[in-house]
Amino acid sequence: MSTSKPQTYCTFYLDRYYFGIEVELVQEIIRFQEITPVALAPHVVKGLINLRGQIVTAVDLRSLLELPGRQPEDVPMNIVVKTPLGAFSLLVDRIGDVLELSDDSFEAPPDNLDGMARELIQRAYKLDGSLLLTMAIEKVVSADVLNRQKAAA
Amino acid sequence: MPDVLLDFLSKSNDGLNQLDSELASLLDSPHDSQALIHIMTMLHSLKADAGLMEFSGMETLAHAGESVLHGLLARIEAVNDDTINLLIELADTLRGLTERIAASGAEDINVSELLERLRSKAEILMEAATDPETTAVAPSGAAESAAIIEEELPEDPVVMELDDEMKEVLKDFLQESYENLDRVDSELIELEEQPDNRELLSSIFRSMHTIKGTCGFFGFDRLEKVTHIGENLLVKLRDGEYSMTEEIATGLLAMVDAVRAMLSEISDHGHDGRKLYSRLIDQLTELKDHGEIKGGSTLHTAPPAVAKPLPVETAVLDVPTGSDDSANDASAAEAATTPSVADKAPESSGSKPAAVREEKSSAGIVEASIRVDVPVLDSLMNLVGELVLARNQIVEYVGAHENTQVVAAAQRLNLITSELQEGVMQTRMQPIHSVWAKLPRVVRDLSRACGKQIRVEMEGKSTELDKSLIEAMKDPITHLVRNSVDHGIESPEQRLAAGKPAEGTLLLRAFHEGGQVHIEISDDGGGIHPERIKQKAIENGVVTVEQASRMSDQEICKMIFLPGLSTAEAVTNISGRGVGMDVVKTNIEKISGAIDLDTEVGRGTVFKIRVPLTLAIVPALIVSTGGQRFAIPQVNLIELIRIDEEDQSHAIEFIHGCPVHRLRGQLLPIVYLNKELMLDTPQEGALNIVVLQAEKCRFGLVVDQINDTQEIVVKPLTEALKSIPVFAGATIMGDGRVALILDTLGIGQRARVMSDSPDRTVSLSVSSVAEKVGKSETLLLVSTASDGRLAIPLNRVARLEQFELERTERAGTTVVVQYRGQILPLVQLSDFLHERRASHDEQDADASLIQVVVFGEEGSQVGLIVKEIIDVVDEVLHTRGKSSRDGVLGTAAIDGQVTELLDVSAFISTTSGLISDLEEAA
Repeated sequence: MSTSKPQTYCTFYLDRYYFGIEVELVQEIIRFQEITPVALAPHVVKGLINLRGQIVTAVDLRSLLELPGRQPEDVPMNIVVKTPLGAFSLLVDRIGDVLELSDDSFEAPPDNLDGMARELIQRAYKLDGSLLLTMAIEKVVSADVLNRQKAAA
Repeated sequence: MPDVLLDFLSKSNDGLNQLDSELASLLDSPHDSQALIHIMTMLHSLKADAGLMEFSGMETLAHAGESVLHGLLARIEAVNDDTINLLIELADTLRGLTERIAASGAEDINVSELLERLRSKAEILMEAATDPETTAVAPSGAAESAAIIEEELPEDPVVMELDDEMKEVLKDFLQESYENLDRVDSELIELEEQPDNRELLSSIFRSMHTIKGTCGFFGFDRLEKVTHIGENLLVKLRDGEYSMTEEIATGLLAMVDAVRAMLSEISDHGHDGRKLYSRLIDQLTELKDHGEIKGGSTLHTAPPAVAKPLPVETAVLDVPTGSDDSANDASAAEAATTPSVADKAPESSGSKPAAVREEKSSAGIVEASIRVDVPVLDSLMNLVGELVLARNQIVEYVGAHENTQVVAAAQRLNLITSELQEGVMQTRMQPIHSVWAKLPRVVRDLSRACGKQIRVEMEGKSTELDKSLIEAMKDPITHLVRNSVDHGIESPEQRLAAGKPAEGTLLLRAFHEGGQVHIEISDDGGGIHPERIKQKAIENGVVTVEQASRMSDQEICKMIFLPGLSTAEAVTNISGRGVGMDVVKTNIEKISGAIDLDTEVGRGTVFKIRVPLTLAIVPALIVSTGGQRFAIPQVNLIELIRIDEEDQSHAIEFIHGCPVHRLRGQLLPIVYLNKELMLDTPQEGALNIVVLQAEKCRFGLVVDQINDTQEIVVKPLTEALKSIPVFAGATIMGDGRVALILDTLGIGQRARVMSDSPDRTVSLSVSSVAEKVGKSETLLLVSTASDGRLAIPLNRVARLEQFELERTERAGTTVVVQYRGQILPLVQLSDFLHERRASHDEQDADASLIQVVVFGEEGSQVGLIVKEIIDVVDEVLHTRGKSSRDGVLGTAAIDGQVTELLDVSAFISTTSGLISDLEEAA
């Protein structure tokens, strides 16, 4: 991890974890939208959202990271990300601040991480009192990862 | 690569493509002077372009080719296969050269031999044509005079007799020329500012040259003369003899105006007018010879650019003739009434008449078509797609509205959107001819190589379809045509022996029907032999012997589209078809099309392709199931059936758990959408069945509700969801929610009613549909070993199978067969009925296949060997008394014959021991 210019992260909460993704990948953040479920789809794909005429695939990060399910009264937020595979909406619990962090304060995740988390969590940043985990978005939305979940389910 | 070179390459490529298609049409009618003229025009502009780019190889070749064409035009009867071959070779070489230039920037192909042949050919032709016998086309003579300037002007221009095709060419010429002139105008102005810009000069030169070249062919002498002299002047500029001066620029601009005036005359009267433009020519000549106009003492003192005594003024105002129309008069009058303006700005008054006339008379031509970049059209199409969505939303919202004004506005919006959509689609439409144009050439080359004689006929060339579809159709169509030539049509000897004309015919047809484009490629060749396909298919393990024996010839022939059959080289040699057919099919299906074939041995083969007009917006039926809405493309829709609740019990019948509906005597497999999508919703109320067709298979899809039809905009699903075969995409509904588009093929396959699991295809035809009052039953009729008839209720039957006798094995005392990964015990019907006559011997002698009726659930199935399966009938059963023997429920008269009814329960219970025995053994 070379020292370089600071990177801005959009942060969000999932269960008791604190995550961040590069801010330039984020197209927008929207409130919960009506989702059209897709039958037979991998269970992490919650369905499709109409974002001003653009059809966006909604992925539930809780299911993806094998975290416990949300309470029905907790309405998730949508982080719409731009990826080479098209636009995706990531369902998260709550949106945090936008943080500017320099690259050299990151550490690779510990080796004893399990399952999907190990594959999707890129690095950990040591904040005061908490850890910020960054995600590999391109991997999150890849057909391979999404469909793997289906097999596991 | 510099822009100029790119320009040149793309232009040459276009030209060569046209050349190919012209040559192909020349093959059909060798004495078509129009085609010759076209070819000559193309070679000419190619020559000019190549010269400009200093590709001397191309230039000399094109020049030599042009000479040959000159000769041919003079002696049109000299056009024969040899000359055409020579020209084709020329076209290929030129293409080769452009490819080399594109690749390496150099013309590293040796062309001298071809050049020599072209030159000698031209010489022979010219010698023969020394007798200046005019041919049917006048332009040839005029074209030759291209280099002659000092010819006397005729007082009355001869209006050429033009046929429709020539008028088309003329129209194109005018249109192109107007475009060129507009460009030249602005380029000249630019050139004045940057006199050393070679690129600009080249472009101007090219434009003028094209006009000159083409007008020569039409015999517009004066126009030619004016442009020729202008061109000469440009050459001097290009060669650096003179540098651009105001004076020269003005002269050239005047020339442009004069040309424009003449063009407008041409489009009005068909000739280039009677004005002589002699002063303009003189001035231009002077400019050319000396770089300036001598003796023009006022030139340098006059205000720049505008105030010179312009030749064009002379041309237009000073030489009024009787043929001038009112526009000219009007402008002359205008010039007269505003003398001060005319004096101060003679150029503007000079060019005005031309401009006015252009507006008035050539507007039709100029605006008839413009070039638009495809991406612009694509984005327009996308926008219209969005508009359609927005329209759908508004219309839905307004539906609940009371305000009549809003409703009226919405209706208008609705209408306009539809028209706009149609209009935009129109802009993307191209005639199928653009794919077909190169086919005659392909056929010709290929048939020569195979030693065959083949004629290509085309019907419906102008049938239009979306550009993207045209692109996608190119390869499949070419492939099918190649196949027909290669394998379909026989050699002349074979054809004669079969009593057919030696020359085979390949017919290409295209037409619109039912919102789709149909394309047929038919040959009158040998057809496809089903036996050979069958053999090969069995050899390759595509189907089993049993499956094959049950297939119709039609079905067998369709197997050429299966991948397993396509790659085997041997199939091509034996059956004549098959290489890459699966690719053809996949490509066509990729654009939501379908391919089918009809073939008759000895008579020929027809490939039928159906493709939608466009892909982006499709009409669809909206249905809902389990609270969700789905769109079904109407292409797949056959009909809708509604079955009331009280009729349901007998409307849906079961063949071993497979629901079917009897639709006009045919059994229609029923698929429940909620089950297939694993939606947990109960099926209640009336039954709505959407009858769908995917490929050759029909099935009924049960949905909760049928809503309405709508135009939907297809949006693709993300990669991860594309693997779900039942969805073809998604769309946005009127209320803004997303709905999924069902893929009929995918659902059929998922429900296994499609051909990819042929053993479950239910397509037994009900032979005698007796719609009787009582409750009828569907019965399977089989014959017993003693030739008695036995009826089995079809709903108790799991499957009908046919096995090869040699596949049966013995496990202990039981006959078994390995079947779908299980061991299926088989029971002889005669054994079960304790018939005395043991049938083994007879069957051994009789057939290598045994007919088996399979009963029971998966995992505990038993097969009953019967002698023959006779039929499936619908009967109201009236059994007469208890039967005399075990295993039979009773007897009934079916189709006038006494038939016993099998006691299925007894059969299953007596044979269940066999299964447990087997399981223990395993």
